[in-house]
Amino acid sequence: MKNLEVKHVVKDFRLAGGRGKKFRAVDDVSFTLEPGKTIALVGESGSGKSTVARMIAKLEVPTSGDIMLDGKASATRGRALDSYRHDVQMVFQDPFASLNPFHTIRHHLERPLRLHGKAKTTAEVDEQVAHLLERVNLTPASTVALRRPHELSGGQRQRVAIARALAPGARFLIADEPVSMLDVSIRLSVLNLLARLQREDNLGVLYITHDLATARHFSDEIMVMFKGKVVERGPSDEVIMNPQHEYTKLLLSAAPNPENQGKLRAEVLAEMNLGEQASDRDRFGTRGM
Amino acid sequence: MADEDIRESLIAVQATGAGTADAVAIDESTAVTAPDRASRFIRAVRFVRRSPKFALGAGIVLAIVLFAIFGPMLTQNPKFSGNEALQPPSTDHWLGTTGLGYDMLAQLAYGARGSLIIGVVVAAIAVSLSVLFGVVGGYLGGWTDEILSLITNIMLVIPGLPLIIVISGYMDGRTVWFVAFVLGLTAWAGSAVVLRLQARSLRNRDYVAAARVSGEKAFRIVFVEIMPNLLPLFAAQFLFAMVFAILGEAGLSYLGLGATGSITWGTILNDAQVGMALTRDAWWWFVPPGVLIALVGGGLSLINFSIDEIINPKLRAAPAAVKSVRKARKTVLKDDHAGTAGTTVKVDA
Repeated sequence: MKNLEVKHVVKDFRLAGGRGKKFRAVDDVSFTLEPGKTIALVGESGSGKSTVARMIAKLEVPTSGDIMLDGKASATRGRALDSYRHDVQMVFQDPFASLNPFHTIRHHLERPLRLHGKAKTTAEVDEQVAHLLERVNLTPASTVALRRPHELSGGQRQRVAIARALAPGARFLIADEPVSMLDVSIRLSVLNLLARLQREDNLGVLYITHDLATARHFSDEIMVMFKGKVVERGPSDEVIMNPQHEYTKLLLSAAPNPENQGKLRAEVLAEMNLGEQASDRDRFGTRGM
Repeated sequence: MADEDIRESLIAVQATGAGTADAVAIDESTAVTAPDRASRFIRAVRFVRRSPKFALGAGIVLAIVLFAIFGPMLTQNPKFSGNEALQPPSTDHWLGTTGLGYDMLAQLAYGARGSLIIGVVVAAIAVSLSVLFGVVGGYLGGWTDEILSLITNIMLVIPGLPLIIVISGYMDGRTVWFVAFVLGLTAWAGSAVVLRLQARSLRNRDYVAAARVSGEKAFRIVFVEIMPNLLPLFAAQFLFAMVFAILGEAGLSYLGLGATGSITWGTILNDAQVGMALTRDAWWWFVPPGVLIALVGGGLSLINFSIDEIINPKLRAAPAAVKSVRKARKTVLKDDHAGTAGTTVKVDA
């Protein structure tokens, strides 16, 4: 049973100021990530997608529920946590923030290699770093390795972040909006790179995004999150072509579609006109102020 | 030229590792295309060389450090009292002699050594303590942070110099190390508060989270991932603590509470006061140590200002901005006086 199972996970955040007031960011989310498969987690900002990612990456502790690796409950500390991290890695959203400006690219790859026993001598590190950089198409590896993050472009940095996540030899990869901070023109190449690495290593990928188009293109299964709950799930095409939940339909209609060109504008205009007549408030609720 | 300036400053910000998120974002387009791939160190040096403040400060401090290192080798024994007493500067004694017949230049050279050693030791103690209480507390958070910041706050409200005087008063045989220890113990709290806040902000950065996901231990995250990004802050705090220590030690020694048997600029001033140098018109007895104390303080502060300017490039534009505001106000006032209207226009900066 080689999989990463998220079982009825709940996360409450205590709100500042309110005594004992809690905010439920993630509410009873369950899914199973299998090697070679990609699950897309879609939803608007604040729907709890990133909290799910951070819990799987052990940056947050679930309020209740379990995260099981290969059928065993995962640890939160000590050596057991190290071995969990060996298998589960994460790519962060913002490549400008996820690399330490003080350190070279080599340092970013060397640390996980050494921590997870992939390389012990300097020569081994050099070789492995070069290999990792070549795998993410950053060549010539020897010069890239000596650069610092600010000398690379956003896409290049995200490739470094991906290489870092691969360094321990992870089987499961959490990609938290890996391309949302990148230029549109390089998104596809980074996604294709991820897809290729997934095939090569038979990775199980949790792809978190708010972009339905890439979710469909990239993943086998789509889960739609709304206010901490998974409101719809199913095979990608099924969810996109035949959405069941109202929120999924809304999400889909919000995505720009060439066919809808001009339509939305008419809709908005109609709504505006209607709104002015229908109530004594204008669209911004500021009439009479 | 202007463009180059902006680029240099961004690179300098990057080089010091204190770049804010947006500085990193802007610098992305410029630094990648920067033709020279000189190391960050060389870039930082290049910037710093263009700063007259830094050059002046470093020059003063370097000269005094060299004087402290080599001066004692070239002068006579500072405790040799065989010279004629209270001689004004002459070719034999370049800075004259004291009331006890000590050679002033020798006293000053040994005093420089004593004062600078105290400064460096105190700064090292203060920075270490502020790292322990500030960075470690700020990164770990929770109860550790609560306890460490409580101690920091207590040390912050205890007035430094009176405490030093009280502690020093209780000790009879005071060594240089003891004085340095006491000064160091009172100098770290302010820095710790700043470092704690900085560490709390840095610990939420994605690269720290990424290091945790990689399996990095807390100790290593603090010292390898977070600390280097605080280096400019450490440098500034080190220099600040040094100024505080040299001035504090001079004050203590002047009050007769310094290290027993040592020679520092403060002890020279104390001797001068006891020997009534002022009433005996022996200006060469108290002016040189006073000037040196002021020079070291000023020099270190100038270096500090230029470090501040590297961290925060906005500061470099500040004098020009003030100037232009002043100019604008002048023109408005001139117009106002020239105008026939009776109303006055008030311009606030």
